This record gives sequence, C-alpha cells and structure tokens, in this order.
Amino acid sequence: MRAFAPILLALSVPVFAQGSGPTPPLANRQLADPAQEAQAMRLMHSLRCIQCQGQSIADSDAAMAGTMRAEVRQQIAAGQKPQAIRSWMIDRYGEWVSFEPDMKGVGLLLWVAPFFIFVASIWLARGLFRRRT
Amino acid sequence: MNRPWLLWIPLAVVAFIGGLAIYGLAVPKDDQVHSAMIGKKLPAFALPAATAGVPALSNTDMADGKPRLLNIFASWCLPCKAEAPHLETLKAAGVEIDAIAVRDKPEDVAAFLAEFGNPFRRIGSDSEMAVQLMLGSSGVPETYVIGGDGTILFQHIGDIRAEHVPMLIEKVNAAK
Repeated sequence: MRAFAPILLALSVPVFAQGSGPTPPLANRQLADPAQEAQAMRLMHSLRCIQCQGQSIADSDAAMAGTMRAEVRQQIAAGQKPQAIRSWMIDRYGEWVSFEPDMKGVGLLLWVAPFFIFVASIWLARGLFRRRT
Repeated sequence: MNRPWLLWIPLAVVAFIGGLAIYGLAVPKDDQVHSAMIGKKLPAFALPAATAGVPALSNTDMADGKPRLLNIFASWCLPCKAEAPHLETLKAAGVEIDAIAVRDKPEDVAAFLAEFGNPFRRIGSDSEMAVQLMLGSSGVPETYVIGGDGTILFQHIGDIRAEHVPMLIEKVNAAK
C-alpha cells in the first residue's frame, strides 16, 4: 500500500484541485459590446489553459481558465489590442500559453515548413506528369 | 528512372520522422508550465489577510531587503499538507516564508494552520487567483525564492520534499 501512496496522491490532486473561491464576474459574463466580445472570444480560443493544458481557456471549466478569461475581457474592455494581451500572457507563462506560435525561432519552422513541403512535392511530381504526356 | 537517388528521399523522410519519435521517447517529458517571471520584479499586488491573526501580504512587504520564500498553497490541496513539515524545517533553519492562499476560506486556512502549524510570516488571500496569474504560477503548491529587492529568483513547482530543503536554503542564502 505504501508503494502506491504517491500514485494515489497524484491521482487525487485533480479532484480537489479547484478549491472554493469566487469566480471573477467576467469569467463567464460576456462583454456588453458584441464586437469586443467577439475579439475577446477569438483570443480566448487561442490561449491555452494552464491548469488543464490541452484545452483553450474558452473551452475549459478550470478555475484558472476563468481567471484568464476575466483578464482577457478586462483588458479588451480597456481597449487593449489582442496581440498585446497575448504578449502579456506569454510574458508570464512563456510561448507555451499561446496556441498560435510566433513567427520566430522554432515557431518560424512551423510556419514555413508547409510551403517547403509543397514546393518539394511539386518538384517530385513534375517528372511523373512529364512522362505521361 | 534516370535519377535513382530520388528513391532514397522517402526513406530519408521516414527515417527522420522515426528519429523524431525515438528522440521524443528518450527525452523525459516535462508537463510543468514554468513561470516566465523569473528574474523580474514581483508584480504590484495587495492581498487581504487569509485568516485572522496572520498579517496580509503585498508585494512591497517582500521588498524589505531580506530574501525569503513565497509559498503558494491552499487548505484544499493535498500535496500542500505533505510539504507542511518541510516548510517547518525551512523556518527552523532561519528562512522567512510568506504565503498566498489560493481560493480559500478564512476558516479553512485557520483549520489548516491549526493542524499543520504556521511557518508563515504573512498570508495573503488570492481568492480569484489573480495574483497567481500575475506570477505566472500554474497551480498549488509552488514556492518562489524572492530576493531582498522583490525580484523573483526561482520557482519550485510542486510540493517541497525533504530532498529540496537544502537546495532552497542554499538559494535563499545565495540571495543575501
């Protein structure tokens, strides 16, 4: 039993890992201005929840996601640009928090790789088409 | 086929993808989200006291020239109970510890302290996790080493175990 204790401990964490506290009002309430809400929603779908990792903060029910949604809506309501809010999150959690990698470093590779694969495949296919005609 | 070397390209691509897979298996997976605030000053915050009898916590309280630990915990968090004795050890070694209680109720914090002791100088209540977000903190428990000028120097994610105690003492002493 003792050997299983750390495993049980690890498994038990997510069940209790919420606690009870007030949810910030803007976590689950839309902004009054539909255009701003749409802007906030688009951004929330591209930010990753810290607590549940695979989900965006728009999809997640975790407490931390609620806090992050409230932060996004507050900053949007204050007239902040979505790109600036994304940077604000990246300044705290690193590139990891964004579902849209920046066009630099390894992120740049992700953006340009499809283009190179496309060009290379055309070049490879070229010979095949030529022989048939 | 006038260019037989072209035949090797698919093999090379498959070998590359296979290599990536083996690399992915060989490198240990890191699920933790590390704060990007290391090396930066504490953000400005002023949290109310988490329970009666222990003072509240603001960022300026931790910029008094003395390095210390900032422990993020919650009464509802199991690993926080597991690390409580090690925080006592750190306190006994002369390390000053401030704390932030996340999504907690005053009576629950009081019960937690009554059961596990209080190694904390101050405890702020972060009921909406707003300060956690500012710190780049991803969960409980977490422990930060804060320099005497209020700079975030180090982040320890997860509960403090016996083997982490000397390392944390070392980090706090190094910041003096």
